[in-house]
Amino acid sequence: MARLIRTEKEVEGRYEEVWLVVEEDALDQWPAGPREVVGRPATRVTGPMRARGEARYTADVELPGMLYAAVLRSPHAHARVKSIDFERALAAPGVRATVGPGEAPTLTAEPGFQGQAVAAIAADTDRQARAALELVEVEWEVREPLTDPEEAVRRGQLVSEASRYERGDVDKALAQADIVVEAEYRTQTVLHNSFEPHQSVCEWRGDGLDVYISTQFIWGVRDEVASTLDLPPDKVRVICEFMGGGFGSKNGAGDHTYVAAELAKRTGRPVRCALTRREENVATGNRNSTIQRLTAAARSDGTLVALVGDYVNATGWDGWPAPTDGPMKMLYDCENVRTVLSPAKINTPPMRAFRAPGFVEGTFGLECLLDELGARLDIEPLELRRRNYAHSTDDRPFSSKNLMECYRRAEPHWQRRDEVRGRSEGPWKRGVGLASQIWYGGGGPPSYAWVRVGSDGRATVITAMQDIGTGTATAMTQIAAEELGLPLERVELVLGDSARGPYASISAGSSTTPSMGPAVRSAAADAARQIIEIAAQRYDKETRILSLKDGKIVSSEGGSWRVEEVVGLLEDAQILGKGARGPNPAGMQVLTFGVQVAEVAVDVETGEIRVERVAAIHDVGRVINPLGASSQVEGGIIQGIGHTLSEDRLLDPASGITLNQTLDAYRLPTIADVPEIVSELLDIPDEHLTNLGSKGLGEPPIVPVAAAIANAIRDATGADVRSLPISREEMLRALREAREREKGKRGAPAAV
Amino acid sequence: MALNVNGQSHEVDAPVGRTLAETVREDLGLTGTKIACAEGHCGACTVLLDGVPVYSCITLLHMVGERKVTTIEGLRDHPLVDAFVRADALQCGFCTPGQIVSASALVESNPQPSSDEIRHAMAGNLCRCGTYPKIEEAITTWQG
Repeated sequence: MARLIRTEKEVEGRYEEVWLVVEEDALDQWPAGPREVVGRPATRVTGPMRARGEARYTADVELPGMLYAAVLRSPHAHARVKSIDFERALAAPGVRATVGPGEAPTLTAEPGFQGQAVAAIAADTDRQARAALELVEVEWEVREPLTDPEEAVRRGQLVSEASRYERGDVDKALAQADIVVEAEYRTQTVLHNSFEPHQSVCEWRGDGLDVYISTQFIWGVRDEVASTLDLPPDKVRVICEFMGGGFGSKNGAGDHTYVAAELAKRTGRPVRCALTRREENVATGNRNSTIQRLTAAARSDGTLVALVGDYVNATGWDGWPAPTDGPMKMLYDCENVRTVLSPAKINTPPMRAFRAPGFVEGTFGLECLLDELGARLDIEPLELRRRNYAHSTDDRPFSSKNLMECYRRAEPHWQRRDEVRGRSEGPWKRGVGLASQIWYGGGGPPSYAWVRVGSDGRATVITAMQDIGTGTATAMTQIAAEELGLPLERVELVLGDSARGPYASISAGSSTTPSMGPAVRSAAADAARQIIEIAAQRYDKETRILSLKDGKIVSSEGGSWRVEEVVGLLEDAQILGKGARGPNPAGMQVLTFGVQVAEVAVDVETGEIRVERVAAIHDVGRVINPLGASSQVEGGIIQGIGHTLSEDRLLDPASGITLNQTLDAYRLPTIADVPEIVSELLDIPDEHLTNLGSKGLGEPPIVPVAAAIANAIRDATGADVRSLPISREEMLRALREAREREKGKRGAPAAV
Repeated sequence: MALNVNGQSHEVDAPVGRTLAETVREDLGLTGTKIACAEGHCGACTVLLDGVPVYSCITLLHMVGERKVTTIEGLRDHPLVDAFVRADALQCGFCTPGQIVSASALVESNPQPSSDEIRHAMAGNLCRCGTYPKIEEAITTWQG
């Protein structure tokens, strides 16, 4: 029965209270451990189509009569359009229409960052549209850009009010502590660079709009476009069958969608608007840079008594304050915590969510600080973390937390330390470091699925979710197969179209599997119930003795019948099961945990750093597909290595212009940068969470990477690296500082 | 002009400056070749010219001449396709056709490449999802 509840909804650390209609989620969880299908490795259901080049991405959508749009983006970080003249552009070959500032949502005459959309042109070909952009005559009033986030904070120029948090009595605790360590950490701006650039194809059909879009949230785009263009939501159909990566940057409709929709309206033709790689790297968001001034105070036994964090997020011209302070508030049992987070509004491209936004940056600072504290107190990192283990935060218990078990399993990897350090040779120093992970990932309602079973005994899961490359489509198929007692190859999944399936979760905040999985299971259970009810009547048995297994209806009193025999009675009709995601456990925090242990080699003469091994142990509840899960872990770690060592959006501070917009200058990790990666997932179902006990895994693996590597560098060299990326300059700076500190110690009186 | 793609001859209209990637995708409808950067930095658009991997997004059509073009559509039955799926060597899949095309040239000349040889040969094909360990596994185990 449908119930209306008031519940807390969380996406990437942002909570809101909402009314939700849910259906009872009354199924008991399966016992822990591998089942027939769930918990066993499965190759991707969409793998062959993607590998063979048959998958149709938004980039491959071509509609009859389709035009191509190109966007005029501000070449200045801060400017005003005094006048704009399209006359020459309109006369150029192939040009069909133009739109200027104010004529479509997102197009502005007062850009606040380089790359902000100002105008657009539709033409017969992409090349014609881009050539015509050069003919648009714009008279600019160029304004002084502000690019320094600290100056913005001084001026009080913030995207939203600074957030302040305090528990306990921090000042008293600081005064009474045995030891206080302070450090300033900095993290850089990082670009998503999903391989399929942001793009949409829009087509008006009657009074409705079809939007083909590379997106992480079909239903969010539908709602956003409908509300912005003042259309009934059901008049907006959003389609995304195959999606070429997002990492957080594709949660909204984006300027390209509004440009395509408006130009399609003006021309009466479908319009594609796709970004180039260079546009991608100025106009689609970023992981914002941060400045973190942190203090940790402890007793001499390592017990934390106070944590203080002053965080500045260089949020950009727009965006939201990613919770850089989250790990400090949540990771450790510390009574006295005070944080201030100031989201600076500056003339740089706006931040957008990027794989565990805030927590990646904040974990780097906090977990490095903790090891600096441990080094001063001569307490080993795992021991220090155990001594400060949190059993709740702000008196809200965790729905499940097995971080202690993660620490236990990390022990053998940490124990490799002597052997690793022993392999130091000449200028190459080796060391081991670790860092903890905390992040969200519980998902939540609403999310719905249908399961259709036809007379051929095959099942189809129907839901308008998207698979952004994480493998959730495969996981959903496994869950349905398990519940229906069917082999995996007899279950298919239809997704990616708001007109063909029910509402589905956003693929962000590690939420697709924990949100959609329980809905799929409950829909499959509904279909299974109906099959058994029909079988009970057909074979004159009681339903309670019948179950589904191996494609058969099995009686506990002996006897079995193939599912096709029963559903075959329907002829061309089908059974339809419906399912919904139930509510999250009331009053509890649903979080993911883990620890990673990194091994590095550092050339102390040149500052070169090589990551040689990363062991990752994470607690994300029940694992649906161990094969896909290991790929998620590896992918997160490799992205984390890029974040730690090479990736850096460079901005000219005077002009606010992005200097490295291309993939030769912006350095992504290559196959040659990959270390040995060992991934272990605890696979312990969260008994309080849904009918599955599964949490999300998309984001957790990237969270601790930078801190684990930095801590390994300290172990190898004694140098405290405090700024990302850890370039050779930063490495050599830290080595110099460490040498001077040593010199100072030797020269100083023994009493100090 | 004539263009040989996957063993078939095509007549294509070729304005100056048209790239091979544009031609196979837009004129021939072979959309398995993906364009992720369009300036020769990422490898998603890799095709073979007489067996040699090239970035089709910076290969001008007029430079192809008589050479035989092989796109992912011409390699659909290659054992590497199954090997990539088996090893889970793809996530979003946008770079995958280019990865498989590059890998096919590697195993053609060196059926059992070492880890270093794989890393050398595949370093020109970026993957943002980070499937690299599984790509190495797929190429190591491609013969089944």
